[in-house]
Amino acid sequence: MPDIIIQIENAVVSYREDVALRDVSLAVASGEFVGVIGPNGAGKTTLLTIINGLGNLLSGNVTVLGKPVVRNGRNDLRKQVGYVAQIENIDPRMPMSVREVVMLGRYGLLGLFHRPSERDWEIVDDMLELVGMAHLAARPIGHLSGGEQQRTAIARCLAQQPKIFLLDEPTASLDWKAQTDILELVKRVHSEKRLTTLFVTHDLDALPHTCDRVVLMKEGMITGDGAPDSLITTENLSRLYDLPRDVIEARHPHIHRRGD
Amino acid sequence: MKRAIPIYTVVEINLLFSIFSYQFMQNAIMATFLGGIACSIIGVFVVLLHMPFIGVAMSHAAFAGGLLGIWLGFDPVLGALLFSLTAAMVIGPLADRGELSPETSLGVIFSLMLGVAFLIIGLIPSTRSEALGLLWGSVLTVTRTDILLLAIVALIVVGLVVLFYKEVQATVFNRQIALAVGLPATAVLYAILFMTGATVTVSLNSIGGLLIFSLILNPAAAAYQLTYSMKKMFLLAATFGVASGWAGLLFSYLFNLPSGATIVITSSVIFAISTVFSPKRRIKKWRSVEN
Repeated sequence: MPDIIIQIENAVVSYREDVALRDVSLAVASGEFVGVIGPNGAGKTTLLTIINGLGNLLSGNVTVLGKPVVRNGRNDLRKQVGYVAQIENIDPRMPMSVREVVMLGRYGLLGLFHRPSERDWEIVDDMLELVGMAHLAARPIGHLSGGEQQRTAIARCLAQQPKIFLLDEPTASLDWKAQTDILELVKRVHSEKRLTTLFVTHDLDALPHTCDRVVLMKEGMITGDGAPDSLITTENLSRLYDLPRDVIEARHPHIHRRGD
Repeated sequence: MKRAIPIYTVVEINLLFSIFSYQFMQNAIMATFLGGIACSIIGVFVVLLHMPFIGVAMSHAAFAGGLLGIWLGFDPVLGALLFSLTAAMVIGPLADRGELSPETSLGVIFSLMLGVAFLIIGLIPSTRSEALGLLWGSVLTVTRTDILLLAIVALIVVGLVVLFYKEVQATVFNRQIALAVGLPATAVLYAILFMTGATVTVSLNSIGGLLIFSLILNPAAAAYQLTYSMKKMFLLAATFGVASGWAGLLFSYLFNLPSGATIVITSSVIFAISTVFSPKRRIKKWRSVEN
């Protein structure tokens, strides 16, 4: 049995009158690549926020990397969990370079009063190299395209040298080319570093085909959990997205031909 | 642009140097130096966090608090500090949770504070000029105590930015990311709001509640036009802040004009010049060429 590094038991999360997670349990083993799919509002992002301690857990237990997670309790947990969200509008005049933004990933680890050392900058440059952004290191962060912005976010995350990698719709609102590039990059990072990865998306096309395991979410509950091939069926997707089977078939004719 | 030194006649040079011979002028030079630094550093936060209304709401809160002090007979600075720190405590959670747009809630606080201020002005029958002094300020009548308070706040503001530069930089870039990498971004945001309140408070006597806002916004907005480095933005903003203060004082002295007004107008002119020379104005152009 491999080490379980994320253990969620009967988690309930609520924002005002909406229940975002209803009695969710999930265990993720070290090195796994888990894709979490479901329609908008299914609670996918909330699931990620209870793993890095930014969510509002009403009841249930969450244990990450062997320690219980308390809301806003432990900065040290967040230092070990990398988080990439979907692209945001960055002020084009923001006075920071790409390299400085990647360095933000090291800031949590450095601790108060410590400045980045040569070694920290080396790590930052290595990560920029890894994501193919080294040539844009000096560019102002606001001058990047969506795809470049996500590469930078991934580099920032990796500069953190995290034990867990959380991706929340990282390819949303990117064009096809950028989307493909980011998926390739995420796959490569996972296979090179064996980093435990949770990848959230509402868009099945945006799910890397290499994920070991898929979790289906709807209305704050996990409705399916297993190997992609057995789980991603027209039947399940029709239920998940409330769409007739023929619509699903028409939209995803390649579902059953995965990996070809 | 240092070449552009005008040629003075001897009389004018004497006039220029006589500025340093008065005690009130020495005080004013000190006050604009300290206030210029503190305000423009706060301004960098205001500009980068995209919350220009914070300064307005805070300064009106401080103004209302100062008036309360005058009305009830305690130190206006104390009242101003109390009100602006309370405003910071209200604005913090509003900005944090994002339930309302921060600008909307700041607008409500601003108008409430203005209402309270006018209410108290109505209740003070005799000392209206003192009350209006808080609104306009007068850098030429600042006391040693004012300068001491300004020095303390300026030192704390600069000290915090230097000591916690990483945390500050990450928080103004993106609070969610700062939190996600394990930095205490919420505490940093609150500290910024509190320091805004304190800066506005100690500047009330010299710059005044109405004019303070432009000394917060203009130097930082000017620096924002000119650089892609946050460190340089802090340094440039502080330089512009002090320059506005000193040049404004000089114009006030030479042409016998109200000092608050000349300081604010100078800072606006610096902003206008920076905009004209901004390399960032060309972003859109070359971006559209690039695409």
